[in-house]
Amino acid sequence: MCQWWWMLNFYVCIVDSPFLWVYGVICIQLCVCDGLLHFYVCMVDALCLCVYGGCSISMCVCWMLHLYVFIVDCSISVCLWWMLYFYLFMVDHSIYVCFLCLQRLDGRQTYDYRKIKITFGTDYGCCFVDLGKTRVMAQVSCELVTPKESRPNEGIMFFNLELSPMASPAFELGRSSELLVKLNRQLERCLRNSRCIDTESLCVVSGEKVWQIRVDVHMLNHDGNLMDATSIAAIAALSHFKRPDVGIQGDVVTVYSAQERDPIALSIYHMPICVSFSFFQQGTYLLVDPCEREERVMDGLLMIAMNKHREICSIQSSGGIMLLKEQVLRCSKIASVKVSEITDLIAKALENDKKARKEGRKCGFAESMPQERITALKNLETTVEMTDLTKQASDIVEGVETPAEMALSPVVPAPGVGQVGAGLQNAWGLEDEEDEEEEVDGDEPEVTIVAEKRGNKKKGERPVVIISDSEEEEVVILNPESS
Amino acid sequence: LRTTMEVCSSDGFNVTLREFGCEQCLLSRPDGSSSFIQGDTSVLAAVYGPAEVKVSKEIYDRATLEVVIQTKVGLPSVKERSQEQCVRETCEASLLSSLHPRSSLTLILQVLHNDGSLLSCFLNAACMAFMDAGLPMSCLFCGVTCAIASDGQVITDPTATQEKESRALLTFAIDSTEQKVLMSSTKGSFSVHELQECIAISQMASEKIFQFYRESVQRRYSKTL
Repeated sequence: MCQWWWMLNFYVCIVDSPFLWVYGVICIQLCVCDGLLHFYVCMVDALCLCVYGGCSISMCVCWMLHLYVFIVDCSISVCLWWMLYFYLFMVDHSIYVCFLCLQRLDGRQTYDYRKIKITFGTDYGCCFVDLGKTRVMAQVSCELVTPKESRPNEGIMFFNLELSPMASPAFELGRSSELLVKLNRQLERCLRNSRCIDTESLCVVSGEKVWQIRVDVHMLNHDGNLMDATSIAAIAALSHFKRPDVGIQGDVVTVYSAQERDPIALSIYHMPICVSFSFFQQGTYLLVDPCEREERVMDGLLMIAMNKHREICSIQSSGGIMLLKEQVLRCSKIASVKVSEITDLIAKALENDKKARKEGRKCGFAESMPQERITALKNLETTVEMTDLTKQASDIVEGVETPAEMALSPVVPAPGVGQVGAGLQNAWGLEDEEDEEEEVDGDEPEVTIVAEKRGNKKKGERPVVIISDSEEEEVVILNPESS
Repeated sequence: LRTTMEVCSSDGFNVTLREFGCEQCLLSRPDGSSSFIQGDTSVLAAVYGPAEVKVSKEIYDRATLEVVIQTKVGLPSVKERSQEQCVRETCEASLLSSLHPRSSLTLILQVLHNDGSLLSCFLNAACMAFMDAGLPMSCLFCGVTCAIASDGQVITDPTATQEKESRALLTFAIDSTEQKVLMSSTKGSFSVHELQECIAISQMASEKIFQFYRESVQRRYSKTL
């Protein structure tokens, strides 16, 4: 068991970086002269790494233990190596030390992906992908449009990425950043230019009507590697999507609803999936599926889009890093393994969803909500007890004071002129008070008289006088006629 | 486990709330996040803040609240803008934003699936996200949508088809302390009597939702208390 562990370490070292070669050799040495003690230490070590991931006090203790064991147990050279190791660990709690320990911040190994979870929404073509803490939603929709003149019998694919401010406070609404353009372009190259979707089958009437398939991808949480999550979500949503059936009779094109005719799935030839590699220290270290903190310190990024048949659909290198031919080849080998795993996962998720829909079980986002977490709670349908509701409502209605009466008919100063406000009785409470004050300021000090007076005003026909200072409100009467 | 309770009370009201669920703290980046589910309608909400505010948006005595609604397909339209305003005004009424002057609060609401009563779902998700972010509030709020069918029957928490068939659609935001109406948004024609009826129904229904809020918060902090 212990030997296996060391062998694995050794293998990873050699594959990963020439610098760690020495470490590998020592590992082999240890393998040869191994005792039972090592076994336990290794187990503790592995356990600690698994449980705590990055740097923590318990890890320090673990390394101390290591050191002690090696001092007692082994030769001076090994001891020195561990001393160095320990020193690095204590002094420099950086990501690079984690690489030395062959361990990443979240406890993954260099080639590990984070946990991928694929769930589908209630309607067709809606897919959520969780890649660790990164979360992405894709929604596919379709529309009948006129085709491009250069390709009259091909449907149109349209990709729209949305860096919602929900994902990260750095994303601003409606601003197309460099990252957005990069992701959008990569997604287009991955899915449109690889011709994975049969666009000719989307043609309804050649040169007149074709289906436009629109893919909207929303980033919900940004924790690194948005591209991989986006490509998985987009291709899964496209494979899940069903477009309405159309019938052509002469010149008439009829779109049938889902009740009338079963909707049709898109024909997908292959599933290209993007795998991202990040490089550190001029390509010395290589990581698969970088998280957000790793992305911040990386020197270069290589994105390889590949399908299950090991056909490369696109390669993009960014960050201005010089890569060797071997590195690219190694990355493509890793990508082929990862892609086949992810494709299987998508196929499984699609199958589960199909089964659930067939059995008439509930599906969608509401069903994918975890039940066991304490942050989540679900209530069954509840009834609200109602008593004397009608009575209560009518009581309120009756109890309300009737608002002041409005003038029954609008005043028309001249035919063809509408007017708002002037000459009418004002029903606004505030204005009323002002009105009253004005009246009080005048000759009549008593309120009762005011009321009387207002009553008179309402009944009596007053001449319409428009008092206005501004030119805009001036009423121009073209054909003055007395009413 | 799922049971459907369709109870028509003697008054002729079909007063049921669909099953609802909520998950808090499900996104790692925002300061507070929640997803709220009413039947098939589901909304994801995220809150950032109190954070630095742009000088142009700074208000000297309180926090600037910005509400963004993200549709599933395409760009937000006028309808979303008006919904944003409804939500913002409700939140401003309940948040104690004067405790964080010259700072920004951002609420982002993402539609995950629309099956009716979307505005009330926005409000509920927003309240849960504010609670998760730990922002000071004078009261909690919830949203209740009532649809008045063509025969005068009042349906609470309607589905999309029920909304389409209805004569009028009323959404109220109710506060938790006095069950008063914080915001109302209505569509269609209805009488004064019906309006009062719907307010009374919403106030009663709000108690159930606040009870749910209480239970979910209790559950959430059950291990820390």
